[in-house]
Amino acid sequence: MSLAETARPAAAGEPGTLVEVQGLDRVFDLSRPWLNRLIERRGRIRLTAVDGVDFAIRRGETYALVGESGSGKSTIAKMVVGLLPPSGGSVTIGGTDVWAGRGRDEQRRMRRRIQMIFQDPFASLNPRWRVEAIVAEPIKVFDLVPDAGRRRERVGELLSLVGLDPRDGQKFPHEFSGGQRQRIAIARALASEPEFIVCDEPTSALDVSVQAQVLNLLRDLQKRLGLTYLFISHNLAVVRHVATRVGVLYLGRLVEEAPARALFAEPLHPYTRMLLEAVPDIDMEGIERQSIAGEIPNPINPPRGCHFHPRCPHAMDRCRAEVPPRYAVGEAGVRCFLYDPDAT
Amino acid sequence: MTPTLSVRNLRVEIPTRRGVLTAIDDLSFDIAPGEVLGVVGESGAGKSITGTAIIGLLEPPARIAGGEIRLAGERIDDLSADAMRRVRGRRIGMIFQDPLTSLNPLYRIGEQLAETILTHERLSQRAATDKARRLLEEVGIPAAGDRLSSYPHQFSGGMRQRVVIALALAADPELVVADEPTTALDVSVQAQIITLLKRLCAERGASVMLITHDMGVIAETADRVCVLYAGRLAEIGPVRDVVKRPQHPYTHGLMAAIPTLHGDPDETLRQIPGAMPRLDAIPPGCPFNPRCDFAYGRCGSERPEPLDAGKSRAACFLHDADAAEAPPADTVRAARAVGLEVPQKVAEAAR
Amino acid sequence: MAELADDKTRAVGTAPEPADTARPGMLARALDSDLFYSFRRSPVTVVSAVVALGLVLSAVFAPWIAPHNPFDPASLSILDSFLPPAWAEGGDPRFLLGTDDQGRDMLSTILYGMRISLAVGFASVIFAMLVGITLGLVAGYFGGFLDSAIMRVADVQLTFPAILIALLIDGAARALAGPRAYDEIVFGVLVFSIGLSFWVQYARTVRGSVLVEINKEYVLAARLIGLRASTIMFKHVLPNVLGPVLVIATINLALAIIIEATLSFLGVGVPPTQPSLGTLIRIGNDFLFSGEWWITIFPGIVLAVLALAVNLLGDWLRDALNPKLR
Repeated sequence: MSLAETARPAAAGEPGTLVEVQGLDRVFDLSRPWLNRLIERRGRIRLTAVDGVDFAIRRGETYALVGESGSGKSTIAKMVVGLLPPSGGSVTIGGTDVWAGRGRDEQRRMRRRIQMIFQDPFASLNPRWRVEAIVAEPIKVFDLVPDAGRRRERVGELLSLVGLDPRDGQKFPHEFSGGQRQRIAIARALASEPEFIVCDEPTSALDVSVQAQVLNLLRDLQKRLGLTYLFISHNLAVVRHVATRVGVLYLGRLVEEAPARALFAEPLHPYTRMLLEAVPDIDMEGIERQSIAGEIPNPINPPRGCHFHPRCPHAMDRCRAEVPPRYAVGEAGVRCFLYDPDAT
Repeated sequence: MTPTLSVRNLRVEIPTRRGVLTAIDDLSFDIAPGEVLGVVGESGAGKSITGTAIIGLLEPPARIAGGEIRLAGERIDDLSADAMRRVRGRRIGMIFQDPLTSLNPLYRIGEQLAETILTHERLSQRAATDKARRLLEEVGIPAAGDRLSSYPHQFSGGMRQRVVIALALAADPELVVADEPTTALDVSVQAQIITLLKRLCAERGASVMLITHDMGVIAETADRVCVLYAGRLAEIGPVRDVVKRPQHPYTHGLMAAIPTLHGDPDETLRQIPGAMPRLDAIPPGCPFNPRCDFAYGRCGSERPEPLDAGKSRAACFLHDADAAEAPPADTVRAARAVGLEVPQKVAEAAR
Repeated sequence: MAELADDKTRAVGTAPEPADTARPGMLARALDSDLFYSFRRSPVTVVSAVVALGLVLSAVFAPWIAPHNPFDPASLSILDSFLPPAWAEGGDPRFLLGTDDQGRDMLSTILYGMRISLAVGFASVIFAMLVGITLGLVAGYFGGFLDSAIMRVADVQLTFPAILIALLIDGAARALAGPRAYDEIVFGVLVFSIGLSFWVQYARTVRGSVLVEINKEYVLAARLIGLRASTIMFKHVLPNVLGPVLVIATINLALAIIIEATLSFLGVGVPPTQPSLGTLIRIGNDFLFSGEWWITIFPGIVLAVLALAVNLLGDWLRDALNPKLR
C-alpha cells in the first residue's frame, strides 16, 4: 500500500456521484373505499406514477428532469427529498440511503443536507410568519447557530446572499412580489447549508424577466457554494439553460438521458424530438410546423409496451408488445427499439 | 379599410379604498380584418383587463373611465348589458385559459354548440346539430358525430379547448378574443391548438386578439404585437420587428430575458432589475424609468406617448426627434449598441 | 380581472428594497387592515360591536356599577318586593327597573345574571374550540382510520339536537352527583354539556381547512426539515385555519347564551340563588300574568339584544373573512 493511497481523503470533495436513484417506483392506489368497491363491483385502481427510474447526479452539476403532466417528475422529486416513500427502488445521497430505516440523529443529518425550492412562491411561505422566522426555522431546527443574536445576523447574511435587504426580514411574505418571494424561499433552502437542492419548477410561476433573475441567481449560488441541483421543469428552454445532464420522462419512465448539449443538439428518442419540435420559440416565428398527433394518455391505463407508441411516427409491432430497455448511445441512454443494436 | 377592432385612449379604473387605481391608461390600437394581434405583458400588465374591457365583462368595481372601443366602426363600449350580450358570441368569440369556464358541465357538447348556433342564426334544430357536427370535425375532434352527445368532462384538456374554439367560432364572429388559450395545456398539445386557431380564423377571415404571457406563442402566431407595461402601451409593431429589433428598452430587456432553444446556453440571461410596479405605486413619468438602463432627466417626470420607432411605435423618449431635452450622448450610444433605432436628430442633439 | 384578483399583481418595488419602516406596531397594522376597513364601513356592525362590548363590560364590572348587591340578603327588604320600574306608577327611584318577588333590584340582578350567562357562554365555546380544533387537526393531518373514526363520531353527534344533548348530560350529572353536590358542579356541567354539542362544527371546519393547507408547499417545506407532526400542526397549520373558526366561535357564543337560558328556563340550569338571565326570565314568567311584567321582560330584552348583537358581529366577520364576497 503506497503512502499516497493511505493519505487519500475520503470521497468528500471529489467530483464523484452525490445522488443515486435506482429502480425507483411509485404506485398510487386510487381505489374507492372497500365498501364502495364491494357494492359497485369495481376493482382496485392503481396508478403507476414512476416506473423503474434510474439516474445519478454528480457533485456540483445540475441534473434536469423534463416532462409534461403525468410524467411523474414531481413525484420523483418528493421521493428524492424524503417527503414521499417509494414503492420500490432506492435513493442514496452521499452513500446514505434516504429511505432506509435509521436513527433519528442520522435522519436529521441527512435532512440537513437536502433542501427543496418549490414551484409556487405564493404557497411555499407561511403567510402568518415574518420572513425572518421563515428563514431562521431550518437554522433553529438543526441547531446550527444557537445564539439568537448571531442567528439574526445569519438570516441577514442569507437575505443579502439572495439579493434582498437584511431588513426585509421584518416583513411578511405578502409584502413581496413573486420573484422576491422565490428569493426568500431560496434563502430558506440555503439556511441549513445543504449540498443538494431539488428545484421543483422554480420559475414556472414567475414572469420571464423575473425568471431570468431567479435562474441567474441559482446559477451564481451553485458556482459560489458548490451546490448540486436536481432541476424539475416542463420548460425545455429553461432546462437547456441550466442543466448539465437531462433526463426526459414520459408517463413515469425515463425515456432518454443525455448530457444537455448532446440532447438539445441531437435528440434521440422520438418523444424528445417531438417535444423540442413543439416548443414555441421566439426565433422561429412564421414557421409552419407539422402538428403532432395525439395527447398524453391517461396514466391510469397507459398503452402497453412503449408508452409512446400510439403517438410515435416510427412505431413497430415490437413497440406495442415489449417495453424497450435502455440502450446506450454514446454518453446517452435511450429507451427506444430504434436504437437496438441487435435489431434487423 | 375600417379596422375590425379599434381601441382609442382606453382608460380602465379600479376604485379601491386607498384611491382609484388606473389599470389601463390611454391605450390605443387597431386590429385589421383578418389580422392576429398579440397582446403580451407580464402578470399585472393589464393584458387580461384589456381583453375583458373589450368584451364588456369587466368585473366590478373595475370600469371603463374613458376612451372608446369600436367594432367594425360601431361603438361597443357604451352598449347596454343586453346589447353587449348579443355582440358577444355573435360578433366576438371568446376563448379563455380554462376551457371549463366556457363549457356548461351539465349539458352535452352538441346541445351547447347547437344552442349557440340557434341564438345567432335562424336554422332548424336539425340543421343546427348538423352544423355543430361539422364544426367539431373542423376543430379536429375524431368521430365528431358520436362526440356530440358527450359531456365536457369526457374530453381531455386539449380536446376541450378544441370544443371551446368550435363554440367561439360557431356564429362566425368578426373578432376572436383568446386569453391565454394554451397556458393550461401541455407543450405537445399547445402547438396543435395554436395551429388550429390560427388556421380556422384565417379561413373565416376573423381577426384575433391573442392575449398571452408567452412570447414564443406570439412569435409564431401573431402578425403584429402590442407590448403592455403597467397598464400602458410600451411598444406596438409587426411581430418580426418587435421580436428581433425591439425599440422600447422594456421590450428589449424582455426579449433578452427569454431562454431559447438557440444561442449559447452558458451565456447568462439578461435580467431586468426589480419587478413591475403595483398599480398603486406606478412611478411618475415613464412607468419603466426606475428599471431602465437608458433613463435620463425627463423620463422621471414626463409621460412618453407612443412614437414612431423603426417599423414600430414605442413609448420612449429616445425616439423623440423633436425633444427640447436631448438624452446624454453615452445613453444614445448605449441604446444604439443594443439595436434601438435612435433618430439621427436625437443623436446629433446629444452632447 | 382575474389578474388583479391574483395576489401576484401585488408586486412590490425593486428587488433590494430598503425596509424603511421598521416592524409596524400590532395596533397600527390592525387599524390599517382590510378587516377594520370593512368594519368601519358597516354601521350595523359598529353599533352591534358597541352594544355587545357595552353589555360585556357592564357584566364584567357588575359589582362596581350595579346600584345594589342582589345577593346580599342583609340589604334586601321584603317591603321592596314587586316594585314597578321607576317611571311607572308606584315606582321607586331607587330601583330603576323595579324589583322582583324578593325585593331584589332588577337592574342589578340583570347585570349579575348577564355575568353568569356570559361566563357559561364563553367557557363552553372555549371548551368546544379546544376539543373541536384538536380533533379536527388530528383528523385532517393524519387522515386514514383516525380521520374516519373522529368524523363518524361527529356525524352521530350531529343527529342529536344541541339542547337534547345538554339535557341528557345535565340529567345524568344530576342523578350521579346528588342535589347538594350538583349545585357545586353545576357551572362545570353546563359548560361541558353545552360545549359538547358544539365541537363538531369546529372539528369539521378545521379538518376541511387542514386538508387544503397540508398540501400547500410551506407545509412540505416544514416536513422537509423533519419537524414533528405536532409542531407542524400547531405552529404552521393552525394559525392559517383560525379564520373560519373565529366566525363559528362568535355565532356559537350567542347560541351558547341562548341554550344556557333555555336550560335555566326549563329549571335544569343554574340555581335561583345565582340567577342567570334564563333563570330570571323563568322566575318572572310566574308573575307575568299577575301584572308584574317587568320581572321577565327586562331580562328577556337584554338576552335578545345580547344574542342579536353577537350574532350580527358573527355575520359580519363571516362575510369579511370570505374573500369571495369582498
